[in-house]
Amino acid sequence: MAGDFDVKYVAHLARIALTPEEEEKFGAQLANILGYIEKLNELDVSRIEPTAHAVPLVNVFRADEVRPSLPNAEALRNAPASANGLFMVPKIVE
Amino acid sequence: MLNQLTISQLAAKLGRREVSAREAMQACLDQIQKVDGRIHAFISYDAADALAQADAADQAIARGATQKPLLGVPVAIKDVIAVRGQPLNCGSKILGRFISPYNATVIEKLQEAGAIVFGRLNMDEFAMGSSTENSAFGVTHNPWDISRIPGGSSGGSAAAVAADECIAALGSDTGGSIRQPAALCGCVGFKPTYGRVSRYGLVAFASSLDQIGSFAKDVGDTAIVLGAISGQDPRDSTSVPRPVPDYTAALDGRIKGLKLGLAREYMIGGLDAEVGAAVQVAVKHFEKLGAEIVEISLPHTDYAVAAYYIVATAEASANLARFDGIRYGLRVDGADPIDLYCKTRGAGFGAEVKRRIILGAYVLSSGYYDAYYLRAQKVRTLIRQDFLDAFARVDAVITPTSPTPAFKIGEKADDPLQMYLSDIFTISCNLAGICGVSLPCGFTREPKLPIGLQLLGKPFGEETLLKLAHAYEQSTLWHKERAGAP
Repeated sequence: MAGDFDVKYVAHLARIALTPEEEEKFGAQLANILGYIEKLNELDVSRIEPTAHAVPLVNVFRADEVRPSLPNAEALRNAPASANGLFMVPKIVE
Repeated sequence: MLNQLTISQLAAKLGRREVSAREAMQACLDQIQKVDGRIHAFISYDAADALAQADAADQAIARGATQKPLLGVPVAIKDVIAVRGQPLNCGSKILGRFISPYNATVIEKLQEAGAIVFGRLNMDEFAMGSSTENSAFGVTHNPWDISRIPGGSSGGSAAAVAADECIAALGSDTGGSIRQPAALCGCVGFKPTYGRVSRYGLVAFASSLDQIGSFAKDVGDTAIVLGAISGQDPRDSTSVPRPVPDYTAALDGRIKGLKLGLAREYMIGGLDAEVGAAVQVAVKHFEKLGAEIVEISLPHTDYAVAAYYIVATAEASANLARFDGIRYGLRVDGADPIDLYCKTRGAGFGAEVKRRIILGAYVLSSGYYDAYYLRAQKVRTLIRQDFLDAFARVDAVITPTSPTPAFKIGEKADDPLQMYLSDIFTISCNLAGICGVSLPCGFTREPKLPIGLQLLGKPFGEETLLKLAHAYEQSTLWHKERAGAP
């Protein structure tokens, strides 16, 4: 499976622009890592349940009540661009 | 020199009013001035703020508030934990000039315990790495030999404690990022059981593996810091509702009859001869102290690194999606939103973070999910079961922390897979969700570099680990050796 790894395609899925040098370097390095990961195929896991969390807790609820949250000005303080109490983004709809 | 003291020693002096918290804080700042140009453990620190906190602590001491366990003790923080009003960069360019709008729960807890919380400690970008070479803020150097790495990802935390630039520090551990640098720098690094310490305010790398823990100069200090930061938190739904025991009370030296497991799968080919020998001597030492050594098997050890690099990168690819140039941090403008995301992330993330996000996106992508991610989660079950089976027979497992002592800066920088394999002894602990500690157990001959011993414990078995580590430490002299001024 490591053979059909297309670094350019997956990098775009991950929304990361790569330079041609990065594409070449990461492509080779990741193919090497994927080759190593293939060793998991040695194991028969057909009857094993997956573990998502080592210490699973279920139904962790808090009281459903209104509480103070981060003030608007503080939430925007780290924004690269903001105006009128909102985040500024490039135009999405023509 | 006050910066060389342990928490217990400093607290005693503060309690007797022999010294002030301001003097202790100043001693740490002086040490930073003196050595950090060569070590580079700190990305930044606010001396005025640290001294103001010290003055507040001195006033509290004058009022007689000496029952707080960390009152007036300078504790430095890895750059992945939020401290209100201070920069938070995770060793990355992508956060730009981010200032934390709130405190992590562990910071609130440290402050409640009286600590002076200061400094931003260097780390591998987003905690991805084993050498602290992957930081956008430069490489951290090992205080024992500045041509070598301090380990990672919490390399700044380990180096700062080892070089006496602070009294204790916090780090985070996703696959060994506390224990491995603690081993390589010669201090005590503790990774608590998953869910023991709140992750609220810890920037997420792999949420099912991440855990905050401590760096300290000895096991007694470790127990104090661990007691201060542990406990369930309503703001972290994965923190476990269990009372926090008095960890200091566990340090009673009574280890006679405790069973230590020696896993035959950990006697690997790549193990450095001096590291292997030091750990064997430590095993004999535990036997002399009355512990019983039991050979055990952790049969799926050989698959841990592969399973880890699927689970951790998959979670990272989802967690790091938030760094998109919209709400905070760096933004590189583009023709449309997608172009903006791609350019921002391409410019803001370093090579290792890009590699891991891409790998994570791939193992989760359509057609590969079952083959990679689901399979890795099943292997995780097998690894966890190995440990639970072992813990039915033994109280703790004893291993080397790292297969080698600190390697040279640049030695593995171009071979990510070799770098990953250096985490072979620490990674299973996070997959299994158990606790682990690394403590000094010797030195290599030439050059003189610290060697770390790892103890792995049952889920919520922190007290047993601390008891064992303390008994070993108090009957050896390794922890007394300081790196000194490099």
